[in-house]
Amino acid sequence: MEKQVILNAQQIELTIKRLCHELIESHDDFSNSVIIGLQPRGIQVVARLKSELESILGHAIQCGNLDITFFRDDFRRTEKQRIPSVTNLDFSIENKKVVLVDDVLYTGRTIRAGLDALLTFGRPSKVELLVLIDRRFSRDLPIQADYYGKTVDTLKMERVSVDWKELEGIDQVLLYTKEGNE
Amino acid sequence: MNNLSVDHLTGIRDLTHEDIQLIFKMADSFKEVINRPIKKVPSLRDITIANLFFENSTRTRLSFELAEKRLSADIINFSASGSSVKKGETLIDTVNNILSMKVDMVVMRHPNPGAAQFLSQRISAKVINAGDGTHEHPTQALLDAYSIRESLGDVAGKKVVIVGDILHSRVALSNIYCLQKLGAEVMVCGPTTLIPKYIGDLGIRISHNLKEALNWCDVANMLRIQLERQEIKYFPSLREYSMLFGLNKQLLDSLDKRILIMHPGPINRGVEITSEVADSDQSIILNQVENGVAIRMAIIYLLASKIER
Repeated sequence: MEKQVILNAQQIELTIKRLCHELIESHDDFSNSVIIGLQPRGIQVVARLKSELESILGHAIQCGNLDITFFRDDFRRTEKQRIPSVTNLDFSIENKKVVLVDDVLYTGRTIRAGLDALLTFGRPSKVELLVLIDRRFSRDLPIQADYYGKTVDTLKMERVSVDWKELEGIDQVLLYTKEGNE
Repeated sequence: MNNLSVDHLTGIRDLTHEDIQLIFKMADSFKEVINRPIKKVPSLRDITIANLFFENSTRTRLSFELAEKRLSADIINFSASGSSVKKGETLIDTVNNILSMKVDMVVMRHPNPGAAQFLSQRISAKVINAGDGTHEHPTQALLDAYSIRESLGDVAGKKVVIVGDILHSRVALSNIYCLQKLGAEVMVCGPTTLIPKYIGDLGIRISHNLKEALNWCDVANMLRIQLERQEIKYFPSLREYSMLFGLNKQLLDSLDKRILIMHPGPINRGVEITSEVADSDQSIILNQVENGVAIRMAIIYLLASKIER
């Protein structure tokens, strides 16, 4: 596997800032909007968005985590037993505008499960999707993001990984490609 | 800790420490699910579960049914009263007939010890033991230990006394196995006639003095006297039993520490435990019932993930 940095720490910071301004354009002061990160990797994106948005807006915004394990469509179809992460939504989403957040949009299956999981908490007035990386042309379902940090064209055999300073020690987005697959 | 080491849940004895921790971890997630506005997940929508109750049950059957429904499984219920069992059909025939209707999992309560084990070796569906005679009642033991973990933070190092009819209790045996696997110290307490002769071989303490036992423990699990399983008289009268082994407020207040009170139900108020104690803030009896649904969801989910198509 060869790896290639597609976003470095500085670029991630800029991208997060741009996404925050885009969010403010359509959500104003977030008085009727909430941000929900999909476990396990979407919550890191939310943490960055939250701190940036709060410093721009000057007040706290409501954020939560959502685990989708029990809503996945591959139960009994994969060997691995998935261990659920924590769901933490201590507010109502009824009639709220919800921004679902994940790190990478690939097949769209996680987002499909995320929508189902989200709706067990109530009926939001609108749901939007924000992803840091959009792997174009690899969707299994008709799902697209409303906000995306960067779009990349990838093959199925390739892999995108988003690393965070808090977890992996460095902020970066890597693309792993098989040698000589072009 | 990828998945359970067993394909059926016939008893706690077959589980490893890791299995129990995995079940608890899953139960944590399901407990959050059953407190959502919509208390249901779609994971098991292509699974059919048969609840076979060859013996009476209220709590366990309702709890299993609810757990199955919360996981979106299809369920069929069977109870021995009013069935062909009364016409002389054997267990295997009854179950095979039900399985031909394409059932993936069987939850069974049966009056004969070992019935679940027997079944699990002979059918392809997953089997969950919901109580087999005086042998084991694994889901009850798991929810009891889970409730202790929830209230006290951990089970390891805690002292638990099981009081009452140990001889006829499947809850006691499963609880002893489960608590020991999790690193707790266990004592049984009751009249000599209701303590099995060789139970000390399991590595547990035995006491015949309730006050002494309560002063030793952190948690007291009060069992019901199972009069329906007793063919002879094991003690002179219920009144004498409740005087010697019943837990009342006065006794509870006389202890030098605060202990947790548990009861697997159904309670005989005024016999093994008074109303004041059962309804006190030291009692976690209703938490046990709530946790029962989460624990059963976890077990059903984990075993269902092993069903091959």
